[in-house]
Amino acid sequence: MKFCVCIKQVPDVQAAVQTGRMVLNAYDASAVEEALVLNASNEDPVDLVLVGGPAATETIRKALAMGASDATHLVTDDVADSHAIAELLAAHFREHDYDVILTGKQSQDSDAGLAGSMLAERLGLPYATNAVGLAVEGSTLVVTRQGDAGQEIIALETPCVVTCSNDMNNPRIPALKGIMAAKRKQIATQEIVTPAPRSTVRETTDPPGREPGIKIEGEPAEMVADLVRRLDAEAGVI
Amino acid sequence: MSSILVFCSVQDHRIKRSSLEAMSRARHVAHENGVPIEAVILGSDASALVSEAAQYGASCVYTISNPLLDAHLNAPVISALDAVLKQVQPRMLVAASTEAVKDVLGALAVRSNAAVLPDVASFEWSGDTVSCQRPVMAAKKMAATSTHHPLVFVSVRSGSYEATEAPADGQEVAVPFEFDTASLGITLREIVSQAGDTVDLSEARVVVAAGRGVRDDAGRQLVQELADITGAAIGASRAVVETGLFPATAQIGQTGKVVSPDLYFAVGISGAVQHTAGMANSRIIVAINKDPDAPIFDVATYGLVGDCFTILPLLNAALREALA
Ligand SMILES: Cc1cc2nc3c(=O)[nH]c(=O)nc-3n(C[C@H](O)[C@H](O)[C@H](O)COP(=O)(O)OP(=O)(O)OC[C@H]3O[C@@H](n4cnc5c(N)ncnc54)[C@H](O)[C@@H]3O)c2cc1C
Ligand SMILES: Nc1ncnc2c1ncn2[C@@H]1O[C@H](COP(=O)(O)O)[C@@H](O)[C@H]1O
Repeated sequence: MKFCVCIKQVPDVQAAVQTGRMVLNAYDASAVEEALVLNASNEDPVDLVLVGGPAATETIRKALAMGASDATHLVTDDVADSHAIAELLAAHFREHDYDVILTGKQSQDSDAGLAGSMLAERLGLPYATNAVGLAVEGSTLVVTRQGDAGQEIIALETPCVVTCSNDMNNPRIPALKGIMAAKRKQIATQEIVTPAPRSTVRETTDPPGREPGIKIEGEPAEMVADLVRRLDAEAGVI
Repeated sequence: MSSILVFCSVQDHRIKRSSLEAMSRARHVAHENGVPIEAVILGSDASALVSEAAQYGASCVYTISNPLLDAHLNAPVISALDAVLKQVQPRMLVAASTEAVKDVLGALAVRSNAAVLPDVASFEWSGDTVSCQRPVMAAKKMAATSTHHPLVFVSVRSGSYEATEAPADGQEVAVPFEFDTASLGITLREIVSQAGDTVDLSEARVVVAAGRGVRDDAGRQLVQELADITGAAIGASRAVVETGLFPATAQIGQTGKVVSPDLYFAVGISGAVQHTAGMANSRIIVAINKDPDAPIFDVATYGLVGDCFTILPLLNAALREALA
């Protein structure tokens, strides 16, 4: 199947201090990995598309180094929300045909989780979100999605859109050969104008901190007795 | 007249508590703005649940009882909600941030031309602005986000507000709905449920969560025992779900579920940001970890440094006695 994965460059949320280091959105890395695995035994492409500033080329190279085929970089420095991204991606996919479009289930930085289903609706395609497993059966894509209570196994006719969880797989670390090959690959770039977002972030603050806790140390039996007493008398939760 | 419309998620023939929490907040916001609060319920249980929605303040409850809406398929749900939105023309649609809601929210926003504030910790509406606080960067930051769009969807994290009753008339209005399944392109084959009869995580007052430190069946037994004694739902870290010891539905964190119980036991969990993103709003957090430097202790109310295989048997015995 012809896959295209929508990838995003995000700040490294795991870092204790933000240094400006940018990475490939972890959910998108899982989407790339899954497409590569599904196409491992055929010649079908796993293409990429990214919307972002010029510095995002680094992230495209990372995904190419994993083994993706071709990449399109829609270049803009404007701030976009999921609405704007979905609109831009939809315009891209109206010009390029794929069997399956994959996105991450959410951006690691904004945790919005909207762009994938917005894209599907714009393209009028069936879709599934929060996929933890994918399988190809002829022209059907079988998606295992993590629901509220249990996993739902859903068959989608292609073309379709699927948003991927990182619980789907562990993305490969690019090998040297892949990194070298990615350096030589041509990335198609296109300057674009970002549509107006429908919502804006006015301010970002630290969340309200928690009251400092108490570390209970000592013999296990003493610790347990102390804890149970505190849960009852101090916290009133038992 | 514009209103606030609350989408009530149904599970096990009940309105989910997280929907009632969202409705309780929506009621306040509606009151402040002098508009009515209304509800929408989809699926074959819809009519039976009208009185429950009314109990929490809905003056009018729109229902579509088509069983197709029970089938865990997004396309009919989007069409149904779009039909209700067209009829009601509310200022806002408010819902609990469940997996089923996340599944349809973006597509519905495109279909009905709405702005979305997803997964918020709080929200308000004043004048032409709807604004919210939402956790971002794996909940390490809060983003004050707002929109002036004429129709706004808000999904609320579970545990953000208290569910409080305020009985209203709750007149049922059945909305006509037709859906052509021929062009669907999507079919549900099966639901694989491992959750069994356990307590729903996002609604639980007590959660016992296991991490990789609970390394085997014996560890799982101890965790299960603690959950049984305290009436808790069982949660898990991603690392221990990966081992297959706990089901994926139990996963708590950025990828998994968000919980905010009164009491959270983190057993053998290191406390990575992607985990704490889903539980740091719990009222009391008890951490049991043999590494005194584990980051989970930074969010713990009570931290016990030690081996869970030693501590849990003692704790289970002590709690069994205390709760007897
Ligand atoms: C995009 C993304 C999303 C993610 N989403 C989630 C998510 O939703 N939920 C989630 O949990 N993780 C998530 N993760 C993974 C997360 O980063 C951590 O890897 C994971 O939470 C670690 O799980 P853990 O604490 O059980 O395991 P570890 O980090 O391995 O910690 C095990 C802990 O157990 C302690 N221990 C070991 N033996 C014992 C013992 N006998 N007694 C007591 N303590 C013991 C150790 O000291 C250690 O602190 C995500 C990661 C990414 C990149
Ligand atoms: N700038 C971008 N370029 C390409 N794809 C993107 C971009 N932003 C978001 N996406 C896709 O949409 C998913 C996340 O949606 P959201 O959480 O709504 O931002 C990501 O995992 C990507 O697959």
